Amino acid sequence: MITATILIRPKEGILDAQGKAVEGALPALGFSGIEHVRVGRIVELHAENADQLEELCEKLLANPLIEDYEIEIS
Amino acid sequence: MNWGVLQFPGSCDERDALNACRVADRSSGGTSRLVWHEETDLSGLDGIVVPGGFSYGDYLRAGAIARFAPAMEAVADFAAAGRPVLGICNGFQVLCESGLLPGALLTNEGMRFICRQGDLVAGESDSPFLSEMSPGEVISVPFKHQSGRFFAPPEMLERIEANGQVAFRYAEDQNPNGSLGDIAGVTNEAGNVLGLMPHPEHAVEAFAGSTDGLKIFRGPAGVAA
Repeated sequence: MITATILIRPKEGILDAQGKAVEGALPALGFSGIEHVRVGRIVELHAENADQLEELCEKLLANPLIEDYEIEIS
Repeated sequence: MNWGVLQFPGSCDERDALNACRVADRSSGGTSRLVWHEETDLSGLDGIVVPGGFSYGDYLRAGAIARFAPAMEAVADFAAAGRPVLGICNGFQVLCESGLLPGALLTNEGMRFICRQGDLVAGESDSPFLSEMSPGEVISVPFKHQSGRFFAPPEMLERIEANGQVAFRYAEDQNPNGSLGDIAGVTNEAGNVLGLMPHPEHAVEAFAGSTDGLKIFRGPAGVAA
């Protein structure tokens, strides 16, 4: 089995409402000098091989219209 | 008209949608029915509603998992045959994720769940769902969603606009979620599949403040007749 870590993030240029909300909270918490916060997600999985991972990302894990993904295999 | 209203684990507006189907066509004798997500036989049905709610918990992305439900395969065939399919709220998200409608729905600009009555403006569309309305006509329906920000890449958006696929826009200054072009609902190219974020099924009885939603549910029957 291989372990795959799939990183999914909002496409550049699309407003990331979640990232914006996090960024908006920072000053109140005393953080400064932090900007352009983007929130994505990570999917970890075990697979027999990497053959289907691309298709899995295209069809289910990410929506290619609005998200980019990267597959890392270890 | 005999409607089938899909029911996924996590749907919550299927009962109102079913009621709307029945109110819209009292003469059909209440033969519209719920369709459990594992059903694949849609024979005897003239139209399908994919209702609002939180199908499969909205895990991953709203609508992302529901698109793989057995019933959705049948709905894709149903839509390809040119029959009417209406997706409301979560149903709109499911239809976009399925590729039956163009675009995607993102989390509202303000991150807040929106729940209020609002106005929609009907577009210039040949869709059977708009056959009871004139272009520019305003209808009052509830807005009620968390992920309703319509998005499509520039080329796709241009195509949607050029093809007359924008069925509804939020009325001026009422865009509640940051949707591109104030778009509240779109159709497929053929016009027989409509998805919209606001809720016509909650606007079919006078006590609810508006009966404008009936026009959408009555549209396909009007065309058929």
